[in-house]
Amino acid sequence: MSASHASPPVPQDEIRAIVARHLHLEGPLLPILHALQAEYGHVPAAAHGPICDALNITRAELHGVVTFYHDFREAPAGRHVVKICRSEACQAVGGDALSARVLDLLGLSWGDTSADGRVTVEPVYCLGLCACGPAAMVNGAVRGRVTAEALVAEVAS
Amino acid sequence: MKDFVIPAFPPGDDRDMGTPARTGAPVTLSIDGFEVTVPEGTSVMRAAAEAGIQVPKLCATDSLEAFGSCRLCVVEIEGRRGTPASCTTPVAPGMVVRTQSPKVKKIRRGVMELYISDHPLDCLTCAANGDCELQDMAGAVGLRDVRYEAPEGGSLANHFEARNTSGAPNPEWIAKDDSNPYFTYDPAKCIVCNRCVRACEEVQGTFALTIEGRGFDSRVKAGGAGDDFLSSDCVSCGACVQACPTATLQEKSVIELGTPERSVVTTCAYCGVGCSFKAELNGDELVRMVPWKHGGANRGHSCVKGRFAWGYANHSDRILHPMIRESIDLPWREVSWEEAIGFAAERLRGIQERHGRKSVGVITSSRCTNEETFLVQKLTRAVFLNNNTDTCARVCHSPTGYGLGQTYGTSAGTQNFDSVMQSDVIIVIGANPTDGHPVFASRLKKRLREGARLIVIDPRRIDLVKSAHVEAAHHLALRPGTNVAVVTALAHVIVAEGLFDETFIRERCDWDEFQEFAEFVSDIRHSPEMTEMLTGVPAEDLRAAARLYATGGNGAIYYGLGVTEHSQGSTTVMGIANLAMLTGNIGREGVGVNPLRGQNNVQGSCDMGSFPHELPGYRHVKNADVRAIFESAWGVEIDPEPGLRIPNMLDAAVGGSFKGLYCQGEDILQSDPDTKHVAAGLAAMECVIVHDLFLNETANYAHVFLPGSTFLEKDGTFTNAERRINRVRKVMAPRNGYADWEITQMLANAMGAGWHYTHPAQIMEEIAATTPSFAGVTYDMLEEKGSVQWPCNAANPEGSPIMHVDGFVRGKGRFIVTEYVPTDEKTGPRFPLLLTTGRILSQYNVGAQTRRTENTVWHKEDVLEIHPHDAEVRGIKDGDWVRLASRSGDTSLRAVLTDRVSPGVVYTTFHHPGTQANVITTDYSDWATNCPEYKVTAVQVSLSNGPTEWQKSYAEQAERARRVLPAAE
Repeated sequence: MSASHASPPVPQDEIRAIVARHLHLEGPLLPILHALQAEYGHVPAAAHGPICDALNITRAELHGVVTFYHDFREAPAGRHVVKICRSEACQAVGGDALSARVLDLLGLSWGDTSADGRVTVEPVYCLGLCACGPAAMVNGAVRGRVTAEALVAEVAS
Repeated sequence: MKDFVIPAFPPGDDRDMGTPARTGAPVTLSIDGFEVTVPEGTSVMRAAAEAGIQVPKLCATDSLEAFGSCRLCVVEIEGRRGTPASCTTPVAPGMVVRTQSPKVKKIRRGVMELYISDHPLDCLTCAANGDCELQDMAGAVGLRDVRYEAPEGGSLANHFEARNTSGAPNPEWIAKDDSNPYFTYDPAKCIVCNRCVRACEEVQGTFALTIEGRGFDSRVKAGGAGDDFLSSDCVSCGACVQACPTATLQEKSVIELGTPERSVVTTCAYCGVGCSFKAELNGDELVRMVPWKHGGANRGHSCVKGRFAWGYANHSDRILHPMIRESIDLPWREVSWEEAIGFAAERLRGIQERHGRKSVGVITSSRCTNEETFLVQKLTRAVFLNNNTDTCARVCHSPTGYGLGQTYGTSAGTQNFDSVMQSDVIIVIGANPTDGHPVFASRLKKRLREGARLIVIDPRRIDLVKSAHVEAAHHLALRPGTNVAVVTALAHVIVAEGLFDETFIRERCDWDEFQEFAEFVSDIRHSPEMTEMLTGVPAEDLRAAARLYATGGNGAIYYGLGVTEHSQGSTTVMGIANLAMLTGNIGREGVGVNPLRGQNNVQGSCDMGSFPHELPGYRHVKNADVRAIFESAWGVEIDPEPGLRIPNMLDAAVGGSFKGLYCQGEDILQSDPDTKHVAAGLAAMECVIVHDLFLNETANYAHVFLPGSTFLEKDGTFTNAERRINRVRKVMAPRNGYADWEITQMLANAMGAGWHYTHPAQIMEEIAATTPSFAGVTYDMLEEKGSVQWPCNAANPEGSPIMHVDGFVRGKGRFIVTEYVPTDEKTGPRFPLLLTTGRILSQYNVGAQTRRTENTVWHKEDVLEIHPHDAEVRGIKDGDWVRLASRSGDTSLRAVLTDRVSPGVVYTTFHHPGTQANVITTDYSDWATNCPEYKVTAVQVSLSNGPTEWQKSYAEQAERARRVLPAAE
């Protein structure tokens, strides 16, 4: 993750309130993480203490769960999120070249966010669009037969 | 080829059976043509192991539940599809299992090939060489080739190369973590079998480890992002290192010294849990201590002290030559054993001639073996001809001896440690098991995770109140010194609400005494509502806790020094005994009253007659029939008058009538209350003989120093808190020349005793011949059984894991009225806070041993815990130097602000002589036993610039008193 995107301070009582809302659920950890990510765009480090405290788990256990799921973020993503498929079908139709070109045009590595906070690029393994690869996803919407230039243009602003 | 006979494995066979044992109805199945019968629920893997067939495995080990991740243990089962993992497949009647078919052999080889493709092949220089399960399994599956090759010009992704062939850094590689002083974590060698993570969770219960990431990115991780092992929650118990099948988690001592080639099973010399260990050595060099899976007390688990903190045995501070000096202001002079023993004997005899028979005495050690303790009390009774013997139990569990003796008839815990696994409601009162008795605490936490409920009665929020996956149902945070009021209020609720077990009481206890007791506790002044103002415990909480204990199923009480070290310590013990009788929680698994004893052999030292009024086996010296047993065995006349207790010895010394002391393995200057008074008493004596490993604080006032031997250097037995007599075995020759029992014998003989023991087994014979509860104990029996719990005699030839099963030792259980009498130590305007003291996991008692190990990385100095409110009004910030003053004295240390303690209460530990917390404590003591009131002292805390005058002058005196002249050639 890019260090330039330090998360803004999040009030502890707000976090505790989000955590508390889910405590009645069976297995409340994942719903809590989802709620935090929905609220702040990431799971803030400031939430670790309150989560561990409320669920009576250790920070190691929390770390294990958060890192198991690639979609939980430790810092907010850019304004645009581009996910490029790296699975076999897309590789077969030039997916690797596409990825390399996109990263090159944006000047980023996998998982990075641009310094201006505009865009984050991440790998994804199959979007179910194998018939019209290479495939990508931009801000949650899937794109088939993409080109590097089209992808970069879509996130230019 | 294996013969068609199931091999018989000797007891103490250490093979890994793969998965834990089960209990259940017998199930018979066939494995590779062998008929095997095992309990229902057993895994196929374990059943095979029972038949002598080891199924290859990596992620399974018998201390952990099956996990089924490594896929190496696959087998074929007739009539079932595929190749199930034998570790996760339970046996079924008539099952036909094949562990070696062409299909499973091929699968195993393929799996192994994948493991090895991402593992460095540096076996010859690896610390686990010869002790590596990955290596063993590669051999067992017959792996001969790894076919995965890097493509032309590229490399295979891996975790073990720091740089690839072109010199670029490998992003998957993680450097070794050697932050823990005792072991390293090398991710390059990790096969992610999860055994360490599961050991931390299932065995230790700390949950400090996890698997970070997923798939190829999965890595073992201590703590959260940015943590290493030292900064994580890791308590360094060693369970993960023990579980690791490779060199990923490896003892630094093995890395440094090499793989040990021999091992000796012995018993840890730290706390009263009494864990069994295998001391693993090369020649006489100790390489590591490994918890022994067949240890009755620890079941293969350990803590940071027993597992790792044995370096003190070779510390440069250890004294190896006897020393004497004419007076304590002179430097020490190294002399021969003959000269030192002669000097000591002559002085003691001279004192007795001038000041009378009773002017000398002994202090036995709870750190030494039963046999050694027996000899030391025999020295005073049979050679000095008085009963001036006492032991450190005076300052810890003497009220347990008195309280349980009065109510039940014997001075010991009623259960074995296994019993906690059957408990439903557990009360922990005045004890901090996760720090003081960590291996037992792990069992306790395991039971709590299985659903047992916990009630903590303690002024401080100890870890058990809330830590990972464990939370107390009730924490009664009482004001220090009000134990009796709380315990009596619990009894009030049980009686007043009719929750007592009338059938049990009528059958097992004295009904008339119960009537009297019931009338006493029913009085409204004992109700929680009335005592709330006094104790600070909310009445509703206390009522709920009492109801839970009385009605929640098997109720067990575990208590520690927070109960005993009070002016009413004995009363609280009796109150606890009352609670168990009231609710019928005595005499079966899962219940009982259990003192958590502090020292490795404090139970034994009490059993062995260390107290001035009791001969071995808790029999009063006034009883002529008991004296007669020893008189005929020893050929002397035994004084029928009880001798002096430690505080009386010191008082008599100051008064001029007590002049000589032989103090074995105890540092009374640091561990006993009111340090200034102890110092004055010692300084007034003419001959103080200190027998210890180190020049301890008491030795600053000694005339003779006899170097002691460590537990690694002698044979004997220790008796733990569950009355378990464990063998201590000599794993190396004594570096000081003699085992401690030999030194006591030399001193006795120099005074004309004529003892001829050549092995501690002979001393045990004498103990068994004179003491009924040990009548059946012999070294041969301990060799055969591993350990035995007293009473062990004709009535209980196999020993007694649980006591008072069919009736109390004294006959009818006796209810005793427990009137609360507030301590005379009171807060006031000058001393408004209450100080209470305790221990920490990494340090042990006065710290003589643990301060001389790497354990200091966790606890460098004693600190004062103070509530933020109390700190704020005094202008104290976290980490400030503060002066801690009581009516007895003052010291200074650093403050830590925490809400673990309530406002009005401060807390510190007593591990470091620089702090000398006992300068602060007063000489108030238990009304029955003189056990000092360590747990309640009125104090004031104020900002300070550094050490107090006392600390400075003490440090100077200590420096002067420790001078040693070079030995004359």
